[in-house]
Amino acid sequence: MAFRSAVITFPGSNCDRDMAVALEQVSGTPAIRVWHGDADLPDGLDFIALPGGFSYGDYLRSGAMAARSPIMQAVIEAAGRGVPVLGVCNGFQVLTEAGLLPGALMRNASQNFVCRTVPLKVENNRSLFTSGYKAGQTVHIPVAHHDGNYFADEATLDRLEGEGRVAFRYAEPVNGSVRDIAGVLNEAGNVLGMMPHPERAIEPAHGGSDGRALFESALKGLVEA
Amino acid sequence: MSEITPDVVEAHGLSPEEYERVLRALGREPNLVELGIFSVMWSEHCSYKSSRLHLKKLPTEAPWVIQGPGENAGVIDIGDGQAAIFKMESHNHPSYIEPYQGAATGVGGILRDVFTMGARPVANLNALRFGRPDHPKMKHLVKGVVAGIGGYGNCVGVPTVGGETNFHKAYDGNILVNAMTVGVADTDKIFYCAATGIGNPIVYVGSKTGRDGIHGATMASADFGEDSEEKRPTVQVGDPFTEKLLIEACLELMSTDAIVAIQDMGAAGLTSSSVEMASKGGAGIRLDMNQVPCREEGMTPYEMMLSESQERMLMVLKPGKEPMAEAIFRKWELDFAVIGEVTDTGHMVLEFDGKVVCDIPLAPLADDAPEYDRPYVSKEEYRNWAGVEELKTLPESGDIAADLLKLVGGTDLASRRWIWEQYDSQVGGDTLQLSGGDAAVVRVHGTKKALAMSTDCTPRYCYADPYEGGKQAIAEAYRNISAVGGRPLAVTNCLNFANPQRPEIMAQFVGCLEGMGDACRALDFPIVSGNVSLYNESKATGGGSAILPTPAIGGVGLLDDSSAMATIAFKGEGDTVILIGDTAGHLGQSLWLRECHGREEGLAPPVDLTLERKHGEFVRKLVTDGRVSAVHDVSDGGILVAITEMAMANGIGARLTPSAQSSNLAAMLFGEDQGRYIVTTSEPEAVLEAARSIGIVAASIGTTGGSTVSGPGFSVPLSDLREASDAFFRNWMGN
Repeated sequence: MAFRSAVITFPGSNCDRDMAVALEQVSGTPAIRVWHGDADLPDGLDFIALPGGFSYGDYLRSGAMAARSPIMQAVIEAAGRGVPVLGVCNGFQVLTEAGLLPGALMRNASQNFVCRTVPLKVENNRSLFTSGYKAGQTVHIPVAHHDGNYFADEATLDRLEGEGRVAFRYAEPVNGSVRDIAGVLNEAGNVLGMMPHPERAIEPAHGGSDGRALFESALKGLVEA
Repeated sequence: MSEITPDVVEAHGLSPEEYERVLRALGREPNLVELGIFSVMWSEHCSYKSSRLHLKKLPTEAPWVIQGPGENAGVIDIGDGQAAIFKMESHNHPSYIEPYQGAATGVGGILRDVFTMGARPVANLNALRFGRPDHPKMKHLVKGVVAGIGGYGNCVGVPTVGGETNFHKAYDGNILVNAMTVGVADTDKIFYCAATGIGNPIVYVGSKTGRDGIHGATMASADFGEDSEEKRPTVQVGDPFTEKLLIEACLELMSTDAIVAIQDMGAAGLTSSSVEMASKGGAGIRLDMNQVPCREEGMTPYEMMLSESQERMLMVLKPGKEPMAEAIFRKWELDFAVIGEVTDTGHMVLEFDGKVVCDIPLAPLADDAPEYDRPYVSKEEYRNWAGVEELKTLPESGDIAADLLKLVGGTDLASRRWIWEQYDSQVGGDTLQLSGGDAAVVRVHGTKKALAMSTDCTPRYCYADPYEGGKQAIAEAYRNISAVGGRPLAVTNCLNFANPQRPEIMAQFVGCLEGMGDACRALDFPIVSGNVSLYNESKATGGGSAILPTPAIGGVGLLDDSSAMATIAFKGEGDTVILIGDTAGHLGQSLWLRECHGREEGLAPPVDLTLERKHGEFVRKLVTDGRVSAVHDVSDGGILVAITEMAMANGIGARLTPSAQSSNLAAMLFGEDQGRYIVTTSEPEAVLEAARSIGIVAASIGTTGGSTVSGPGFSVPLSDLREASDAFFRNWMGN
């Protein structure tokens, strides 16, 4: 069965190609490229990815304008139907701005952009994105962002932790994120937002392939479903 | 009464003699619009009037060169119907005045030069020179420049993969920000700027025109005065988001057959782009200035022609293609306007509100441009002026370990991690290596080929001996590309010098170019694009007035199979460390002499170009044959620093056991003799024999392993070295 995935391109997205390459490398099927101005998604999608980049130049707030793109209504509906949605970096920012995930991504505590490979602790390996990892496993995945400083109020954080919705945690200080949170899931577990770039850790030429298991998990989930 | 008074002429940066040329070219007095156009086209920045004569002497050809200097960027063949397109450019004065925007728009400008020609940009590099870290402005400048480079490159999604950063008091009042972009195109989809086809529409795309950057090119063509702060309004403001849209829209249109010619609006904006397109095509041009998209109301033709607003392009389309092209640019939410047409008049005619506001014959504008054979002093006179003489006393090292720590922690060698982490170096998923070692390596997307790229220059050598320094800059780029296993193919450059009207400065320029030319010829490493930045001197601060001569070189090479790529990091314990090349112990102008003894003295190390080529080819073969586990060229700080960098890269130490002990251990360990490499291997006999068989000097000088770098009478823990290396930026920047 072919894995039917879509990558959304917003004006200013710049990891859309990288995400499509990763999805094809892992699944063997080319990803469908979708323009933000479209009102509808292709039918029968198994996976939707919101890529990294600087949609609308990060003007106003990162992700704020892209979250109001025509396609986002369709993404929100698909997420409601249980279609897996992955937002990476700017895609994570868009998901929080669209209300699909709680919290917000603020400017890094250092005030500087940060690009480096960071250790991440897999907090929840029961989600459809993380079942290929071991619980508590440390993986190494690159980050590259200026606004990755995750914030939510204490009550929200407690709920996220209690419901196992913190997918990844930084294993060293990176950007000032509250409770070192690097990636969070929605309540139903089919929407994941994360600042690190799993699509940049797919093959040995990337310097590591710890991101591969994330896509493999989603693929496996599909086969078993 | 004439509006063109001598004061107006002077304010436009034209000398009285140059104004006479304007009068001759026009056969009448110009109006203000025309004067403005002449002034920017004849500025040093656009006309190369002081440098042209000498630039002509540089070698620019090789069988793999598709396009040499004269277009927006150079183009070389990289096989399989693909080309690499690249150029380097300066944004020095704007970056001193407004570091964030100056550096950001420098990156934006060089990106446009490359994608204008049909290439998708795949790598950004830079060459930065700052003044003393304790200069009151320097921290602000470094922070702003680094943030600006990152802010622009990160947003457009082009990885910043390489560069070099040096500090020297000569740059206290005039920092250097040189940016380089490398792109990849199909050889049958390369676009040029010659406007042809009478009646073809001239189209303006991108951002609207504002009042920013008016006379930027003129500012870049004069010494820095006390009033540099007041020139802030002439610095342009960049919008990388629009640039990203412009890249995608242009590449989308380029995949059709609609474009006749295309040119970005860089320095001198609409003026230089339209003049260059028409001149190259041997045509004329008519523009309706009322059609130019403007950001502000009430802009005059003078302002529109001289604005340096960013993210704009000018195109000539095939007739009838306008609606299709417009649809693409509208989709990307960019301005699109037909503003004129190609004519056969040989004149540039501008109309505004139904009146002709400018009518300039293009041939004299190009052909009668001033060209100066600026006087320069002889090599002998230069050496006396610069106070350069052979080292009379050779100091020794009292403590090798302490000297090594000092060097590794010094401003020029300390870890640049603080800088690197602010650049997205991975976007695109093809970055195989950053230039922290030797060259940066980026895979050609979807192939096993890779481009190796490096920016290099050693200004202290260029100051001591412009000729040898020029040679060395080319040779070091060649070496860095060879060290990763790449075949060096071609060079771009950014020639940063002070005021060419001083014969000593002109001697630096001429000497460096002669050295570069000889090196390029000897190494089959032609120059395909470049930029000249003169008048880099300042009276505004207490430091040295003129910068060191800094011909920054950007080399590009090719790896046919990126899986064979070498890196500097030691790979395991017990490998043999081999030094390739001869060591005489040249300490003149060495980093060790400067950092450990406070002496900037002596002669620059000579470069033997025959050996350079031979050693480069040998090392390349070792890499492609898979006979070496790590490779590093020997440059600043000599052998011991090279080995230390290899050790720190992977946390594996080394023990040095040099067989032939030099009488002066410091000269042997820290000397900066040229043309040398360090390699490690598990088959030392075979490697040494291979070297011997073709007459290359090579010697085993140690073994990898352990957690220290040690040798006769010294041993330094890697942890101490790493701490020394990290401390400089951490302490300076506070994080």
